[in-house]
Amino acid sequence: MNFQIALLLGQDGVTNGAIYALLALSILLVFTVTRILLIPQGEYVTYGALTMAALQAGQPTALVWLLLGLTLIDCSLDLIGALRSGHAFRLPRWVPVKLLYAVVMVLLVRNLPLAELPMALQALLTLALVVPLGPQIYRLFFQPVAGAHPLVLLIVSIAVHVAMVGVGLLLFGPEGARTRPFSEAGLELGPVTLNSQTLWVIAVSLMLIISLFLFFERSLYGKALRATAVNRMGARLMGISPTLAGKATFAMATFIGALSGILIAPITTLYFDSGFVISLKGFVGAIIGGLVSYPVAALGALAVGLIEAFSMFWASTYKEIIVFTLIIPFLLWRSLTSRHVEEEE
Amino acid sequence: MNLRALLFVFVLLLGIAPLALPTFQITLLNYIGLYTLVVLGLVLLTGVGGMTSFGQAAFVGLGAYTSAYLTATEQLPAWLAWAGGSPWLALLLGITLTATVALLLGALTLKLSGHYLPLGTIAWGISLYYLFGTLDGLGGHTGMSGLPPISLFGMLLDKGWKMFYLIWVILLLAMLLVQNLLNSREGRAIRALKGGQVMAESMGVNTFRAKLVIFVISALLAALSGWLYAHNQRFVNPTPFGLHMGIEYLFMALIGGVGSVWGALLGAGILTLLKQWLQDWLPLLLGSQGNYETIVFGLLIVLLMQRAPGGLWPLLLRLTPARWRQGKGAPRADEQPPELPRRQLPASGELILQAREVTKRFGGLVANDRMNLSIHAGEILALIGPNGAGKSTLFNQISGVDLPTEGDVLFLGQRINGIASRRIARLGMSRTFQHVKLLPTMSVLENVAIGAHLRGNKGIVPALLHSERGEEAELLREARRQLERVGLGDYLYEEAGSLALGQQRILEIARALCADPCLLLLDEPAAGLRHKEKQALAELLRKLRGEGMAILLVEHDMDFVMGLVDRVVVMEFGQKIAEGLPDEVQKNPAVLEAYLGAAE
Repeated sequence: MNFQIALLLGQDGVTNGAIYALLALSILLVFTVTRILLIPQGEYVTYGALTMAALQAGQPTALVWLLLGLTLIDCSLDLIGALRSGHAFRLPRWVPVKLLYAVVMVLLVRNLPLAELPMALQALLTLALVVPLGPQIYRLFFQPVAGAHPLVLLIVSIAVHVAMVGVGLLLFGPEGARTRPFSEAGLELGPVTLNSQTLWVIAVSLMLIISLFLFFERSLYGKALRATAVNRMGARLMGISPTLAGKATFAMATFIGALSGILIAPITTLYFDSGFVISLKGFVGAIIGGLVSYPVAALGALAVGLIEAFSMFWASTYKEIIVFTLIIPFLLWRSLTSRHVEEEE
Repeated sequence: MNLRALLFVFVLLLGIAPLALPTFQITLLNYIGLYTLVVLGLVLLTGVGGMTSFGQAAFVGLGAYTSAYLTATEQLPAWLAWAGGSPWLALLLGITLTATVALLLGALTLKLSGHYLPLGTIAWGISLYYLFGTLDGLGGHTGMSGLPPISLFGMLLDKGWKMFYLIWVILLLAMLLVQNLLNSREGRAIRALKGGQVMAESMGVNTFRAKLVIFVISALLAALSGWLYAHNQRFVNPTPFGLHMGIEYLFMALIGGVGSVWGALLGAGILTLLKQWLQDWLPLLLGSQGNYETIVFGLLIVLLMQRAPGGLWPLLLRLTPARWRQGKGAPRADEQPPELPRRQLPASGELILQAREVTKRFGGLVANDRMNLSIHAGEILALIGPNGAGKSTLFNQISGVDLPTEGDVLFLGQRINGIASRRIARLGMSRTFQHVKLLPTMSVLENVAIGAHLRGNKGIVPALLHSERGEEAELLREARRQLERVGLGDYLYEEAGSLALGQQRILEIARALCADPCLLLLDEPAAGLRHKEKQALAELLRKLRGEGMAILLVEHDMDFVMGLVDRVVVMEFGQKIAEGLPDEVQKNPAVLEAYLGAAE
């Protein structure tokens, strides 16, 4: 291996690592607030990437029907809830807004000249389509079991992942997709040219990581979200709504996931089922961060990306094995160092 | 008509199924049998032991690939040439290999707590899957073909209906063995893993060993299924051993009911048939080809977790008439076996336990400050003090649940701080808990029998074969004797969780007595008891003292304490403020001040 190859591999590793870092962060975010290990995080990535690809191809993506369907179920559950609690004539305030949003999305997707839109607008539309799925999924699948044992939450999370992969196949078909890069320019840096997309990925990741850090460490609402993670009942007594906290974090996680998808879609071909392995690598990062520390998780994910890139060079067939075996010593180290009371209720 | 008859009908139907059903249905039944074998392991691991594993499919692959490699490779390496060609030899080697791998993975990952364990299983599940696809000699992603059929007593099992008998006989045997295991001394230890690990350890159970045992058993069941699968299919490739299949196995267990052996069969059956049906209909409905059944499965599991987390088997069981279920499952203690040998109690007055300058700090807080304490055989010592005085902390250090920051605890002359609570239990110390720790769905009798864990020594294999029935009867008889002694003789077969709180405390005393201790530690035994019950308890404790037992009591009920105990130690703010006879202590000004406040 010479210096140039090392630099290329390094660039690859850092790009993937940055994406894994973003995923690790949103996994961490969801876990600290709701105690849910968000396995479907990878599906948000593929949904984002494949929706973007569909828009660029000028197809009115079928995802919008999923959005409409989930909105309808969500709203009818709201209405049923209102009926049960005896406020039949007081329409829950958000129902018309949510319905209107979904209908507007349908109209936009059906009528806009999608392929001709500037790329920034396509990205925006993709986010507008995918992000609402997050809170809706929380509302429908996780909220009814929010207080359950973390292992039940994990199983629901896996089940949601399995269902979302199937839905992904239905919406986007079995073909892989790749989108146009944001710009063609590259940055000359000595002997190698840094891919502009790499720079985009790194810049956006850094920005998100810093803003997340500031949000949780400095802002009152961020602290309130963390309080919910420590003690649901306590947070509730202090006037923090765990439901709102859950929806908010799911929205953030979906946003980060879909954005990651848009960012890497020009670099890698993604299929409807590519999300799982991507999010698992995010998990490896999150676990290295001990499911608590944001900076360590980001560094861990970066390391995963680099290790992956370099093992591709030395032992390409063993790439996945190396990455996933890597996690076990960390798991061990984590559970040996964390004082943990075995007795669970 | 009862459940036993139902079972008989079921087996009979299975027996004639190949004669009556077309080949396709037999193939389906074969798959159900193969899946159930894996799910059975998950029931043991997840449902009973409380450890979620997504990696079972990898063990199936280990069994399948070992056999495929040994029986279908043209030219085995010289050192393995002796093992080639025979499926049965390959089974033996596959089982050995799987047990080794499971022991290694278990030793690495079973110490993981909470979320880390399932994530760990995902990690090695994926690693093994990729390994099957990349190792030289395993045929890559296209797989290996040309596996020979299994031959049994000279008969070649080369048809689906012949394999059907082998699969289902093995499965029914495995179900019987697992059922046997759960209903035994080792089985009680395993069942205590879910929600009772601290308790089980202090009754002498090695919980890590129990975890490892069920982990290896579930891996072996999976490998066995893989071996059958490989020779049923006569072809293997990595696909059926991936993580998606590991998830599907877990789904089967959850749908059927992860807590019961029959739930495994139900879950595997439902999911297999449903998958078949959905694969026929969904593409027609949705207009394109694809594995759309996963959508339904995912939603089904979510719904199940929201509405019936126990799975379908318990729901189904509730539909049967109540009298069918009576007396089913729960072991009874009606025989009159010889009594268990008892420990030689130390002579009355001998020093049993001594705490020397025990100090415990939690960060800056000093919960125990140079506490000294001694207990003698045939003596009841009460440890009293206001709330937060540090009594329970001291109690935990004496019983090995917690470690003193400084100072020593000596039990029968031996330094015991720092050694595991199950070792301390073996030395002859037994305890109850301030917050009752019992297994609410197990019968009262079985809960108490956990206390006698160290008085039996028959291991896993006799438990699987139920060749330890003699010892088991003795243990259960002992549990019954102790229950009758504490006055719970009428509740032997009730669910422990249905007892009143006071009775649950008494149950804990019976459980502690079952261990045949020479020192009994009781944490607030009289809390929640009625007047009569308190009198009976005091009577029991006096009798035990008369037999030479040493008893340490933490208690708030002064009437109960003062009329019963020999000496009292009073604590406040982590320190001993008084020690002596009950009458003296009651007049001690420091004690009065601690309890009533200082006179102005």
